[in-house]
Amino acid sequence: MSTLTTAAYLVSSVLFILSLRGLSHPSTARRGNFLGILGMTIAIVTTLSNPGVLSYKEIGIAFLIGGLIGTSIAVKIQMTALPQLVAAFHSLVGLAAVFVAASAYYNPSAFNIGTFGSIPIGSLIEMSIGTAIGAVTFTGSIIAFGKLQGFVSGNPLVFKGQHFINLLLGLGIIVLIVKFCIDQNQELFWLIVFASFVIGVLLIVPIGGADMPVIVSMLNSYSGWAAAGIGFTLSNNLLIITGALVGSSGAILSYIMCKGMNRSFLNVLLGGFGGEQAASAGGVKDDRQAKQGNAADAAFMMKNSKTIIIVPGYGMAVAQAQHALREMVDLLKAAGAEVRYAIHPVAGRMPGHMNVLLAEANVPYDEVLELDEINRDFSETDVAFVIGANDVTNPAAKTDKTSAIYGMPILDVENAGQVFFVKRGMASGYAGVQNELFFRDNTLMLFGDAKKVCEDIIKGLEN
Amino acid sequence: MSEISNQLESLSYKAQQIANEASQLASNVAETSGGHSDFIIFGITVLVLACFVGYYVVWSVTPALHSPLMGVTNAISSVIIVGALLAAGPVDSNISKYFGLVAVTLAAVNIFGGFVVTNRMLSMFKKKQ
Repeated sequence: MSTLTTAAYLVSSVLFILSLRGLSHPSTARRGNFLGILGMTIAIVTTLSNPGVLSYKEIGIAFLIGGLIGTSIAVKIQMTALPQLVAAFHSLVGLAAVFVAASAYYNPSAFNIGTFGSIPIGSLIEMSIGTAIGAVTFTGSIIAFGKLQGFVSGNPLVFKGQHFINLLLGLGIIVLIVKFCIDQNQELFWLIVFASFVIGVLLIVPIGGADMPVIVSMLNSYSGWAAAGIGFTLSNNLLIITGALVGSSGAILSYIMCKGMNRSFLNVLLGGFGGEQAASAGGVKDDRQAKQGNAADAAFMMKNSKTIIIVPGYGMAVAQAQHALREMVDLLKAAGAEVRYAIHPVAGRMPGHMNVLLAEANVPYDEVLELDEINRDFSETDVAFVIGANDVTNPAAKTDKTSAIYGMPILDVENAGQVFFVKRGMASGYAGVQNELFFRDNTLMLFGDAKKVCEDIIKGLEN
Repeated sequence: MSEISNQLESLSYKAQQIANEASQLASNVAETSGGHSDFIIFGITVLVLACFVGYYVVWSVTPALHSPLMGVTNAISSVIIVGALLAAGPVDSNISKYFGLVAVTLAAVNIFGGFVVTNRMLSMFKKKQ
Protein backbone atom coordinates (compact mmCIF):
# COMPACT_ATOMS: atom_id res chain seq x y z
CA MET A 1 0.00 0.00 0.00
CA SER A 2 1.47 3.33 -0.95
CA THR A 3 1.95 6.09 1.60
CA LEU A 4 -0.62 8.24 -0.15
CA THR A 5 -3.24 5.47 0.00
CA THR A 6 -2.56 4.87 3.68
CA ALA A 7 -2.86 8.59 4.38
CA ALA A 8 -6.17 8.79 2.50
CA TYR A 9 -7.56 5.84 4.46
CA LEU A 10 -6.47 7.55 7.67
CA VAL A 11 -8.39 10.65 6.63
CA SER A 12 -11.54 8.60 6.08
CA SER A 13 -11.12 6.88 9.45
CA VAL A 14 -10.94 10.26 11.15
CA LEU A 15 -13.97 11.48 9.23
CA PHE A 16 -15.94 8.43 10.39
CA ILE A 17 -15.02 9.13 14.01
CA LEU A 18 -16.07 12.77 13.60
CA SER A 19 -19.31 11.67 11.98
CA LEU A 20 -20.27 9.68 15.09
CA ARG A 21 -19.08 12.54 17.27
CA GLY A 22 -21.51 14.83 15.45
CA LEU A 23 -24.42 12.81 16.80
CA SER A 24 -23.79 14.13 20.30
CA HIS A 25 -26.36 16.85 19.59
CA PRO A 26 -29.20 17.23 17.06
CA SER A 27 -27.78 20.57 15.92
CA THR A 28 -24.50 19.02 14.74
CA ALA A 29 -25.89 15.68 13.64
CA ARG A 30 -26.52 16.48 9.98
CA ARG A 31 -22.98 17.73 9.57
CA GLY A 32 -21.87 14.45 11.15
CA ASN A 33 -23.77 12.47 8.56
CA PHE A 34 -22.19 14.58 5.82
CA LEU A 35 -18.69 13.87 7.19
CA GLY A 36 -19.56 10.17 7.07
CA ILE A 37 -20.49 10.46 3.40
CA LEU A 38 -17.25 12.35 2.72
CA GLY A 39 -15.20 9.66 4.49
CA MET A 40 -16.89 6.93 2.48
CA THR A 41 -16.31 8.80 -0.80
CA ILE A 42 -12.60 9.20 -0.02
CA ALA A 43 -12.34 5.50 0.87
CA ILE A 44 -14.00 4.42 -2.38
CA VAL A 45 -12.07 6.79 -4.65
CA THR A 46 -8.78 5.81 -3.02
CA THR A 47 -9.50 2.12 -3.54
CA LEU A 48 -10.52 2.68 -7.17
CA SER A 49 -7.15 4.33 -7.83
CA ASN A 50 -5.39 1.14 -6.69
CA PRO A 51 -3.40 -0.23 -9.70
CA GLY A 52 -5.05 -3.64 -9.21
CA VAL A 53 -8.53 -2.22 -9.77
CA LEU A 54 -9.14 -2.06 -13.49
CA SER A 55 -12.65 -3.24 -14.35
CA TYR A 56 -14.29 0.14 -13.87
CA LYS A 57 -17.24 -0.64 -16.12
CA GLU A 58 -18.51 -3.69 -14.23
CA ILE A 59 -17.81 -2.06 -10.87
CA GLY A 60 -19.66 1.06 -11.95
CA ILE A 61 -22.71 -0.96 -12.98
CA ALA A 62 -22.73 -2.97 -9.74
CA PHE A 63 -22.31 0.19 -7.66
CA LEU A 64 -25.08 1.98 -9.55
CA ILE A 65 -27.54 -0.90 -9.17
CA GLY A 66 -26.83 -1.13 -5.44
CA GLY A 67 -26.99 2.64 -5.01
CA LEU A 68 -30.33 2.89 -6.79
CA ILE A 69 -31.87 0.07 -4.76
CA GLY A 70 -30.55 1.49 -1.48
CA THR A 71 -31.67 5.04 -2.21
CA SER A 72 -35.15 4.10 -3.38
CA ILE A 73 -35.75 1.94 -0.30
CA ALA A 74 -34.43 4.63 2.05
CA VAL A 75 -36.55 7.35 0.47
CA LYS A 76 -39.78 5.36 0.58
CA ILE A 77 -39.55 3.57 3.91
CA GLN A 78 -42.03 4.58 6.61
CA MET A 79 -40.43 5.71 9.84
CA THR A 80 -42.41 3.12 11.82
CA ALA A 81 -40.66 0.43 9.75
CA LEU A 82 -37.14 1.66 10.62
CA PRO A 83 -36.21 -1.28 12.88
CA GLN A 84 -36.81 -3.88 10.17
CA LEU A 85 -35.02 -1.70 7.61
CA VAL A 86 -31.95 -1.50 9.82
CA ALA A 87 -32.06 -5.26 10.41
CA ALA A 88 -32.27 -5.86 6.66
CA PHE A 89 -29.31 -3.56 6.04
CA HIS A 90 -27.23 -5.39 8.64
CA SER A 91 -27.85 -8.65 6.84
CA LEU A 92 -26.36 -7.13 3.67
CA VAL A 93 -23.14 -6.15 5.46
CA GLY A 94 -22.86 -9.71 6.75
CA LEU A 95 -23.42 -11.22 3.32
CA ALA A 96 -20.98 -8.79 1.70
CA ALA A 97 -18.34 -9.87 4.24
CA VAL A 98 -18.90 -13.52 3.28
CA PHE A 99 -18.53 -12.70 -0.42
CA VAL A 100 -15.36 -10.66 0.09
CA ALA A 101 -13.84 -13.48 2.14
CA ALA A 102 -14.83 -16.08 -0.49
CA SER A 103 -13.30 -13.92 -3.17
CA ALA A 104 -10.10 -13.56 -1.17
CA TYR A 105 -10.00 -17.33 -0.73
CA TYR A 106 -10.28 -18.08 -4.47
CA ASN A 107 -8.05 -15.27 -5.68
CA PRO A 108 -5.71 -14.29 -2.84
CA SER A 109 -3.28 -12.52 -5.14
CA ALA A 110 -5.76 -9.64 -5.59
CA PHE A 111 -5.29 -8.99 -1.86
CA ASN A 112 -1.53 -9.77 -1.75
CA ILE A 113 -2.00 -12.78 0.50
CA GLY A 114 -0.28 -15.54 -1.51
CA THR A 115 -1.87 -17.79 -4.11
CA PHE A 116 -4.85 -20.15 -4.16
CA GLY A 117 -4.14 -23.12 -1.91
CA SER A 118 -1.09 -21.54 -0.29
CA ILE A 119 -2.45 -18.67 1.76
CA PRO A 120 -0.45 -17.84 4.90
CA ILE A 121 -2.02 -19.25 8.05
CA GLY A 122 -2.56 -15.84 9.65
CA SER A 123 -4.68 -14.72 6.73
CA LEU A 124 -6.63 -17.97 6.81
CA ILE A 125 -7.53 -17.51 10.46
CA GLU A 126 -8.66 -13.92 9.90
CA MET A 127 -10.54 -14.86 6.75
CA SER A 128 -12.44 -17.72 8.36
CA ILE A 129 -13.34 -15.70 11.47
CA GLY A 130 -14.53 -12.80 9.30
CA THR A 131 -16.58 -15.25 7.23
CA ALA A 132 -18.18 -16.87 10.27
CA ILE A 133 -19.17 -13.55 11.86
CA GLY A 134 -20.46 -12.26 8.53
CA ALA A 135 -22.55 -15.37 7.96
CA VAL A 136 -24.04 -15.27 11.48
CA THR A 137 -24.87 -11.58 10.97
CA PHE A 138 -26.55 -12.39 7.67
CA THR A 139 -29.01 -15.07 8.77
CA GLY A 140 -29.47 -13.58 12.25
CA SER A 141 -30.49 -10.26 10.73
CA ILE A 142 -32.82 -11.98 8.25
CA ILE A 143 -34.67 -13.65 11.13
CA ALA A 144 -34.75 -10.38 13.11
CA PHE A 145 -36.11 -8.66 10.01
CA GLY A 146 -38.77 -11.35 9.59
CA LYS A 147 -39.84 -11.03 13.22
CA LEU A 148 -40.05 -7.24 13.07
CA GLN A 149 -41.86 -7.26 9.72
CA GLY A 150 -44.24 -9.99 10.87
CA PHE A 151 -43.11 -12.61 8.31
CA VAL A 152 -41.94 -14.80 11.16
CA SER A 153 -43.91 -15.04 14.40
CA GLY A 154 -42.64 -12.58 17.00
CA ASN A 155 -43.13 -15.25 19.65
CA PRO A 156 -39.99 -16.87 20.93
CA LEU A 157 -39.49 -20.30 19.40
CA VAL A 158 -38.04 -22.47 22.12
CA PHE A 159 -37.33 -26.18 21.94
CA LYS A 160 -35.54 -28.64 24.14
CA GLY A 161 -31.78 -28.84 23.87
CA GLN A 162 -31.62 -25.57 21.93
CA HIS A 163 -28.65 -24.19 23.79
CA PHE A 164 -26.89 -27.52 23.63
CA ILE A 165 -27.26 -27.59 19.84
CA ASN A 166 -25.96 -24.01 19.62
CA LEU A 167 -22.98 -24.92 21.75
CA LEU A 168 -22.28 -27.98 19.63
CA LEU A 169 -22.52 -25.95 16.44
CA GLY A 170 -20.26 -23.26 17.87
CA LEU A 171 -17.62 -25.83 18.78
CA GLY A 172 -18.11 -27.43 15.35
CA ILE A 173 -17.33 -24.12 13.66
CA ILE A 174 -14.13 -23.77 15.68
CA VAL A 175 -13.05 -27.29 14.65
CA LEU A 176 -13.88 -26.48 11.02
CA ILE A 177 -11.84 -23.29 11.17
CA VAL A 178 -8.83 -25.15 12.59
CA LYS A 179 -9.09 -27.83 9.89
CA PHE A 180 -9.55 -25.18 7.20
CA CYS A 181 -6.42 -23.36 8.34
CA ILE A 182 -4.46 -26.59 8.02
CA ASP A 183 -5.51 -27.89 4.61
CA GLN A 184 -7.26 -24.88 2.96
CA ASN A 185 -9.93 -27.14 1.52
CA GLN A 186 -12.76 -25.31 -0.26
CA GLU A 187 -15.47 -27.65 1.03
CA LEU A 188 -14.37 -26.70 4.54
CA PHE A 189 -14.71 -23.02 3.67
CA TRP A 190 -18.32 -23.48 2.58
CA LEU A 191 -19.04 -25.73 5.56
CA ILE A 192 -17.95 -22.88 7.84
CA VAL A 193 -20.31 -20.56 5.95
CA PHE A 194 -23.18 -23.04 6.15
CA ALA A 195 -22.73 -23.84 9.85
CA SER A 196 -22.57 -20.13 10.65
CA PHE A 197 -25.77 -19.55 8.66
CA VAL A 198 -27.50 -22.20 10.78
CA ILE A 199 -26.22 -20.83 14.08
CA GLY A 200 -27.36 -17.32 13.06
CA VAL A 201 -30.93 -18.63 12.65
CA LEU A 202 -30.86 -20.66 15.86
CA LEU A 203 -29.52 -17.73 17.88
CA ILE A 204 -32.38 -15.40 16.98
CA VAL A 205 -35.48 -17.65 16.77
CA PRO A 206 -35.86 -18.06 20.55
CA ILE A 207 -35.93 -14.31 21.11
CA GLY A 208 -39.26 -12.50 21.48
CA GLY A 209 -40.31 -9.50 19.41
CA ALA A 210 -39.99 -7.04 22.28
CA ASP A 211 -36.37 -8.01 22.89
CA MET A 212 -35.55 -6.98 19.34
CA PRO A 213 -33.97 -3.63 20.35
CA VAL A 214 -31.18 -5.60 22.03
CA ILE A 215 -30.88 -7.97 19.10
CA VAL A 216 -30.83 -5.28 16.42
CA SER A 217 -28.07 -3.50 18.36
CA MET A 218 -26.18 -6.76 18.80
CA LEU A 219 -26.34 -7.49 15.07
CA ASN A 220 -25.18 -3.93 14.43
CA SER A 221 -22.18 -4.77 16.57
CA TYR A 222 -21.56 -8.05 14.71
CA SER A 223 -21.58 -6.32 11.32
CA GLY A 224 -18.79 -4.11 12.66
CA TRP A 225 -16.69 -7.05 13.86
CA ALA A 226 -17.19 -8.74 10.48
CA ALA A 227 -15.80 -5.63 8.77
CA ALA A 228 -12.86 -5.57 11.19
CA GLY A 229 -12.19 -9.25 10.46
CA ILE A 230 -12.01 -8.55 6.73
CA GLY A 231 -9.76 -5.59 7.59
CA PHE A 232 -7.21 -8.01 9.04
CA THR A 233 -7.33 -10.15 5.88
CA LEU A 234 -6.68 -7.06 3.79
CA SER A 235 -4.12 -5.59 6.23
CA ASN A 236 -6.26 -2.48 6.05
CA ASN A 237 -6.47 -0.16 9.07
CA LEU A 238 -9.49 1.72 7.77
CA LEU A 239 -11.62 -1.42 7.93
CA ILE A 240 -10.29 -2.31 11.36
CA ILE A 241 -10.94 1.16 12.80
CA THR A 242 -14.42 1.42 11.28
CA GLY A 243 -15.26 -2.11 12.33
CA ALA A 244 -14.19 -1.34 15.89
CA LEU A 245 -16.28 1.86 15.94
CA VAL A 246 -19.39 0.07 14.70
CA GLY A 247 -18.71 -2.94 16.90
CA SER A 248 -18.40 -0.90 20.07
CA SER A 249 -21.37 1.28 19.13
CA GLY A 250 -23.63 -1.76 18.78
CA ALA A 251 -22.29 -3.28 21.98
CA ILE A 252 -22.95 -0.09 23.97
CA LEU A 253 -26.48 0.19 22.57
CA SER A 254 -27.22 -3.43 23.55
CA TYR A 255 -25.86 -2.69 27.01
CA ILE A 256 -28.11 0.38 27.36
CA MET A 257 -31.14 -1.63 26.24
CA CYS A 258 -30.39 -4.47 28.65
CA LYS A 259 -30.00 -2.01 31.49
CA GLY A 260 -33.32 -0.43 30.54
CA MET A 261 -34.92 -3.83 31.12
CA ASN A 262 -32.76 -4.79 34.13
CA ARG A 263 -31.74 -7.98 32.37
CA SER A 264 -28.35 -9.37 31.58
CA PHE A 265 -27.23 -9.69 28.00
CA LEU A 266 -26.92 -13.44 28.45
CA ASN A 267 -30.49 -13.62 29.72
CA VAL A 268 -31.71 -11.91 26.54
CA LEU A 269 -29.58 -14.14 24.32
CA LEU A 270 -30.81 -17.32 25.98
CA GLY A 271 -34.21 -16.15 24.87
CA GLY A 272 -37.67 -17.46 25.53
CA PHE A 273 -38.75 -14.20 27.16
CA GLY A 274 -41.92 -12.44 26.08
CA GLY A 275 -44.34 -13.03 23.27
CA GLU A 276 -48.00 -13.98 23.55
CA GLN A 277 -47.37 -17.41 25.05
CA ALA A 278 -45.68 -15.96 28.08
CA ALA A 279 -48.37 -13.32 28.35
CA SER A 280 -51.22 -15.84 28.49
CA ALA A 281 -49.40 -18.34 30.68
CA GLY A 282 -47.79 -15.88 33.07
CA GLY A 283 -50.52 -13.26 33.20
CA VAL A 284 -52.28 -13.52 36.52
CA LYS A 285 -56.05 -13.62 36.23
CA ASP A 286 -57.29 -10.58 38.00
CA ASP A 287 -60.87 -9.84 39.01
CA ARG A 288 -60.16 -6.30 40.04
CA GLN A 289 -61.91 -3.72 37.92
CA ALA A 290 -60.01 -0.96 36.18
CA LYS A 291 -61.83 2.33 35.83
CA GLN A 292 -62.79 3.12 32.30
CA GLY A 293 -63.08 6.60 30.85
CA ASN A 294 -63.95 8.01 27.48
CA ALA A 295 -62.38 10.52 25.13
CA ALA A 296 -64.71 13.32 26.17
CA ASP A 297 -63.68 12.97 29.85
CA ALA A 298 -60.02 12.98 28.88
CA ALA A 299 -60.45 16.02 26.64
CA PHE A 300 -62.24 17.95 29.38
CA MET A 301 -59.70 17.12 32.07
CA MET A 302 -56.63 17.75 29.97
CA LYS A 303 -58.01 21.06 28.73
CA ASN A 304 -58.08 22.21 32.34
CA SER A 305 -54.58 20.95 33.18
CA LYS A 306 -51.46 23.04 33.43
CA THR A 307 -48.81 20.36 33.03
CA ILE A 308 -49.05 17.18 30.95
CA ILE A 309 -46.49 14.46 30.24
CA ILE A 310 -47.01 12.08 27.32
CA VAL A 311 -45.51 8.58 27.60
CA PRO A 312 -45.37 6.95 24.16
CA GLY A 313 -44.54 3.30 23.48
CA TYR A 314 -44.49 0.74 20.71
CA GLY A 315 -48.33 0.80 20.53
CA MET A 316 -48.13 4.35 19.21
CA ALA A 317 -45.87 3.19 16.40
CA VAL A 318 -48.14 0.27 15.52
CA ALA A 319 -51.20 2.52 15.37
CA GLN A 320 -49.27 5.26 13.48
CA ALA A 321 -50.70 7.60 16.09
CA GLN A 322 -47.81 10.08 16.29
CA HIS A 323 -49.37 12.68 13.98
CA ALA A 324 -52.79 12.59 15.67
CA LEU A 325 -51.00 12.77 19.01
CA ARG A 326 -49.08 15.87 18.01
CA GLU A 327 -52.32 17.55 16.79
CA MET A 328 -53.89 16.77 20.14
CA VAL A 329 -50.89 18.26 21.94
CA ASP A 330 -51.04 21.40 19.77
CA LEU A 331 -54.62 21.99 20.88
CA LEU A 332 -53.69 21.42 24.51
CA LYS A 333 -50.81 23.87 24.23
CA ALA A 334 -53.17 26.39 22.66
CA ALA A 335 -55.37 25.90 25.73
CA GLY A 336 -52.42 26.88 27.90
CA ALA A 337 -50.94 23.58 29.05
CA GLU A 338 -47.25 22.80 29.20
CA VAL A 339 -46.78 19.46 27.41
CA ARG A 340 -43.66 17.31 27.40
CA TYR A 341 -42.81 13.77 26.33
CA ALA A 342 -41.06 11.11 28.43
CA ILE A 343 -39.15 8.37 26.63
CA HIS A 344 -38.11 5.11 28.28
CA PRO A 345 -34.82 3.63 26.98
CA VAL A 346 -36.54 0.49 25.69
CA ALA A 347 -39.67 2.10 24.25
CA GLY A 348 -40.20 0.92 20.67
CA ARG A 349 -38.39 -1.72 18.69
CA MET A 350 -34.99 -0.06 18.29
CA PRO A 351 -32.93 2.40 20.34
CA GLY A 352 -34.28 5.92 19.88
CA HIS A 353 -37.27 4.70 17.86
CA MET A 354 -39.81 6.94 19.66
CA ASN A 355 -37.64 10.05 19.24
CA VAL A 356 -37.59 9.57 15.47
CA LEU A 357 -41.35 9.02 15.28
CA LEU A 358 -42.07 12.13 17.33
CA ALA A 359 -39.60 14.13 15.25
CA GLU A 360 -41.42 12.89 12.17
CA ALA A 361 -44.63 14.31 13.59
CA ASN A 362 -42.87 17.68 14.01
CA VAL A 363 -42.49 17.47 17.77
CA PRO A 364 -39.51 19.72 18.70
CA TYR A 365 -36.69 17.63 20.18
CA ASP A 366 -36.33 19.83 23.24
CA GLU A 367 -39.81 18.78 24.41
CA VAL A 368 -38.79 15.12 24.32
CA LEU A 369 -36.98 14.03 27.49
CA GLU A 370 -35.23 10.89 28.68
CA LEU A 371 -36.20 8.90 31.76
CA ASP A 372 -33.52 10.44 34.02
CA GLU A 373 -34.37 13.95 32.95
CA ILE A 374 -38.10 13.87 33.56
CA ASN A 375 -38.87 11.13 36.06
CA ARG A 376 -38.82 13.42 39.08
CA ASP A 377 -41.35 15.78 37.48
CA PHE A 378 -44.28 13.34 37.42
CA SER A 379 -45.20 14.19 41.02
CA GLU A 380 -45.71 17.83 40.01
CA THR A 381 -47.64 16.97 36.88
CA ASP A 382 -51.42 17.18 36.50
CA VAL A 383 -51.87 14.55 33.80
CA ALA A 384 -49.76 11.65 32.51
CA PHE A 385 -50.97 10.37 29.16
CA VAL A 386 -49.67 6.85 28.44
CA ILE A 387 -50.08 5.86 24.81
CA GLY A 388 -48.90 2.46 23.64
CA ALA A 389 -46.52 1.83 26.54
CA ASN A 390 -47.18 -0.71 29.28
CA ASP A 391 -44.46 -2.53 31.21
CA VAL A 392 -42.26 0.57 31.44
CA THR A 393 -44.94 2.24 33.61
CA ASN A 394 -45.64 -0.67 35.97
CA PRO A 395 -45.07 0.39 39.59
CA ALA A 396 -44.75 -3.29 40.56
CA ALA A 397 -41.21 -3.13 39.16
CA LYS A 398 -40.30 -1.07 42.21
CA THR A 399 -42.13 -2.99 44.91
CA ASP A 400 -43.00 -6.55 43.91
CA LYS A 401 -39.90 -8.72 44.24
CA THR A 402 -41.68 -11.69 42.65
CA SER A 403 -42.48 -9.75 39.48
CA ALA A 404 -40.68 -10.69 36.26
CA ILE A 405 -39.83 -7.04 35.74
CA TYR A 406 -38.69 -6.32 39.31
CA GLY A 407 -35.79 -3.87 39.31
CA MET A 408 -36.44 -2.53 35.84
CA PRO A 409 -36.21 1.28 35.78
CA ILE A 410 -39.70 2.62 35.14
CA LEU A 411 -41.38 5.95 34.50
CA ASP A 412 -43.15 7.03 37.70
CA VAL A 413 -46.42 7.94 35.97
CA GLU A 414 -48.46 6.88 39.01
CA ASN A 415 -47.21 10.00 40.82
CA ALA A 416 -49.06 12.26 38.41
CA GLY A 417 -52.39 13.74 39.51
CA GLN A 418 -54.33 11.84 36.88
CA VAL A 419 -53.21 9.04 34.56
CA PHE A 420 -54.86 8.31 31.21
CA PHE A 421 -53.88 4.95 29.83
CA VAL A 422 -54.61 4.37 26.14
CA LYS A 423 -54.76 0.66 25.39
CA ARG A 424 -56.55 -1.72 23.05
CA GLY A 425 -57.64 -4.20 25.73
CA MET A 426 -56.78 -5.43 29.20
CA ALA A 427 -54.07 -7.86 27.99
CA SER A 428 -50.78 -7.68 29.81
CA GLY A 429 -47.58 -6.36 28.26
CA TYR A 430 -44.89 -8.47 26.67
CA ALA A 431 -43.41 -9.47 29.99
CA GLY A 432 -46.70 -11.19 30.81
CA VAL A 433 -47.10 -9.14 33.96
CA GLN A 434 -50.31 -7.43 35.03
CA ASN A 435 -49.82 -3.67 35.26
CA GLU A 436 -50.60 -2.46 38.79
CA LEU A 437 -51.14 1.00 37.40
CA PHE A 438 -54.52 0.00 35.90
CA PHE A 439 -56.06 -0.40 39.34
CA ARG A 440 -54.83 2.81 40.88
CA ASP A 441 -57.49 5.34 41.91
CA ASN A 442 -55.99 8.02 39.71
CA THR A 443 -55.93 5.89 36.55
CA LEU A 444 -58.55 6.02 33.83
CA MET A 445 -58.35 3.52 30.99
CA LEU A 446 -59.11 4.76 27.48
CA PHE A 447 -59.77 1.62 25.45
CA GLY A 448 -59.30 1.69 21.70
CA ASP A 449 -56.81 2.11 18.89
CA ALA A 450 -54.24 4.76 19.86
CA LYS A 451 -54.82 6.86 16.77
CA LYS A 452 -58.62 6.68 17.08
CA VAL A 453 -58.47 7.71 20.75
CA CYS A 454 -56.30 10.73 19.91
CA GLU A 455 -58.69 11.77 17.13
CA ASP A 456 -61.67 11.45 19.49
CA ILE A 457 -59.90 13.60 22.08
CA ILE A 458 -59.15 16.17 19.36
CA LYS A 459 -62.90 16.31 18.58
CA GLY A 460 -63.63 16.74 22.27
CA LEU A 461 -61.09 19.55 22.54
CA GLU A 462 -62.45 21.36 19.50
CA ASN A 463 -66.00 21.44 20.87
CA MET B 1 50.38 -21.06 -8.45
CA SER B 2 47.76 -21.37 -11.11
CA GLU B 3 46.14 -24.13 -9.02
CA ILE B 4 45.81 -21.78 -6.08
CA SER B 5 44.39 -19.02 -8.22
CA ASN B 6 41.90 -21.53 -9.68
CA GLN B 7 40.87 -22.60 -6.20
CA LEU B 8 40.53 -19.00 -5.13
CA GLU B 9 38.38 -18.30 -8.14
CA SER B 10 36.03 -21.19 -7.46
CA LEU B 11 35.92 -20.26 -3.76
CA SER B 12 35.02 -16.68 -4.53
CA TYR B 13 32.38 -17.93 -6.98
CA LYS B 14 30.88 -20.16 -4.27
CA ALA B 15 31.01 -17.30 -1.77
CA GLN B 16 29.14 -15.13 -4.19
CA GLN B 17 26.50 -17.83 -4.69
CA ILE B 18 26.03 -18.19 -0.96
CA ALA B 19 25.76 -14.44 -0.59
CA ASN B 20 23.13 -14.37 -3.32
CA GLU B 21 21.14 -17.12 -1.68
CA ALA B 22 21.41 -15.43 1.70
CA SER B 23 20.16 -12.13 0.36
CA GLN B 24 17.29 -13.91 -1.38
CA LEU B 25 16.41 -15.71 1.82
CA ALA B 26 16.62 -12.47 3.75
CA SER B 27 14.28 -10.75 1.36
CA ASN B 28 11.87 -13.70 1.58
CA VAL B 29 11.89 -13.51 5.33
CA ALA B 30 11.38 -9.76 5.17
CA GLU B 31 8.44 -10.26 2.85
CA THR B 32 6.67 -12.80 5.01
CA SER B 33 7.31 -11.30 8.42
CA GLY B 34 7.18 -7.63 7.44
CA GLY B 35 4.28 -8.34 5.11
CA HIS B 36 1.88 -10.13 7.37
CA SER B 37 2.68 -11.57 10.76
CA ASP B 38 3.83 -8.13 11.85
CA PHE B 39 0.57 -6.67 10.66
CA ILE B 40 -1.46 -8.87 13.01
CA ILE B 41 0.13 -7.27 16.07
CA PHE B 42 -0.07 -3.84 14.49
CA GLY B 43 -3.69 -4.46 13.48
CA ILE B 44 -4.66 -5.64 16.95
CA THR B 45 -3.08 -2.49 18.37
CA VAL B 46 -5.17 -0.37 16.03
CA LEU B 47 -8.30 -2.42 16.84
CA VAL B 48 -7.93 -2.02 20.59
CA LEU B 49 -7.25 1.71 20.36
CA ALA B 50 -10.18 2.18 17.99
CA CYS B 51 -12.45 0.35 20.44
CA PHE B 52 -11.51 2.90 23.09
CA VAL B 53 -12.21 5.77 20.69
CA GLY B 54 -15.53 4.15 19.81
CA TYR B 55 -16.42 3.68 23.47
CA TYR B 56 -15.99 7.36 24.34
CA VAL B 57 -17.50 8.70 21.14
CA VAL B 58 -20.61 6.50 21.34
CA TRP B 59 -21.28 7.30 25.01
CA SER B 60 -21.33 10.97 24.05
CA VAL B 61 -24.14 10.35 21.55
CA THR B 62 -27.43 11.70 22.91
CA PRO B 63 -30.02 8.92 23.49
CA ALA B 64 -32.51 10.81 21.30
CA LEU B 65 -30.24 10.13 18.33
CA HIS B 66 -29.68 6.41 18.90
CA SER B 67 -31.70 5.49 15.80
CA PRO B 68 -29.67 7.78 13.51
CA LEU B 69 -26.55 6.35 15.20
CA MET B 70 -27.58 2.90 14.02
CA GLY B 71 -28.21 4.32 10.55
CA VAL B 72 -24.75 5.90 10.35
CA THR B 73 -22.89 2.92 11.80
CA ASN B 74 -24.75 0.69 9.37
CA ALA B 75 -23.66 2.88 6.47
CA ILE B 76 -20.01 3.12 7.54
CA SER B 77 -19.72 -0.60 8.29
CA SER B 78 -20.18 -0.95 4.52
CA VAL B 79 -16.63 0.35 4.21
CA ILE B 80 -16.16 -3.35 3.56
CA ILE B 81 -16.71 -2.19 -0.03
CA VAL B 82 -12.95 -1.50 -0.04
CA GLY B 83 -12.39 -5.26 0.00
CA ALA B 84 -15.18 -5.80 -2.52
CA LEU B 85 -13.63 -3.34 -4.97
CA LEU B 86 -10.21 -5.02 -4.72
CA ALA B 87 -11.91 -8.36 -5.35
CA ALA B 88 -13.85 -7.07 -8.34
CA GLY B 89 -10.85 -5.15 -9.70
CA PRO B 90 -8.93 -7.65 -11.90
CA VAL B 91 -9.69 -7.63 -15.63
CA ASP B 92 -9.95 -11.39 -16.16
CA SER B 93 -13.30 -12.85 -15.22
CA ASN B 94 -13.39 -15.63 -12.66
CA ILE B 95 -15.53 -16.65 -9.71
CA SER B 96 -13.56 -14.34 -7.41
CA LYS B 97 -14.41 -11.32 -9.48
CA TYR B 98 -18.12 -12.17 -9.53
CA PHE B 99 -18.13 -12.58 -5.77
CA GLY B 100 -16.49 -9.18 -5.58
CA LEU B 101 -19.11 -7.60 -7.83
CA VAL B 102 -21.95 -9.06 -5.74
CA ALA B 103 -20.28 -7.68 -2.62
CA VAL B 104 -19.93 -4.26 -4.28
CA THR B 105 -23.66 -4.24 -5.03
CA LEU B 106 -24.64 -5.31 -1.50
CA ALA B 107 -22.34 -2.76 0.11
CA ALA B 108 -23.61 -0.01 -2.21
CA VAL B 109 -27.22 -0.72 -1.19
CA ASN B 110 -26.12 -0.25 2.38
CA ILE B 111 -24.01 2.85 1.86
CA PHE B 112 -26.71 4.73 -0.02
CA GLY B 113 -29.57 3.32 2.03
CA GLY B 114 -27.83 3.98 5.34
CA PHE B 115 -26.78 7.56 4.65
CA VAL B 116 -30.06 8.54 2.96
CA VAL B 117 -32.29 7.15 5.69
CA THR B 118 -30.09 8.76 8.38
CA ASN B 119 -30.33 12.07 6.60
CA ARG B 120 -34.11 11.70 6.45
CA MET B 121 -34.27 11.01 10.17
CA LEU B 122 -31.96 13.87 11.11
CA SER B 123 -33.75 16.40 8.92
CA MET B 124 -36.88 15.80 11.02
CA PHE B 125 -35.26 16.77 14.33
CA LYS B 126 -36.19 20.40 14.90
CA LYS B 127 -35.91 22.78 17.82
CA LYS B 128 -38.89 24.56 19.33
CA GLN B 129 -39.73 27.69 17.33
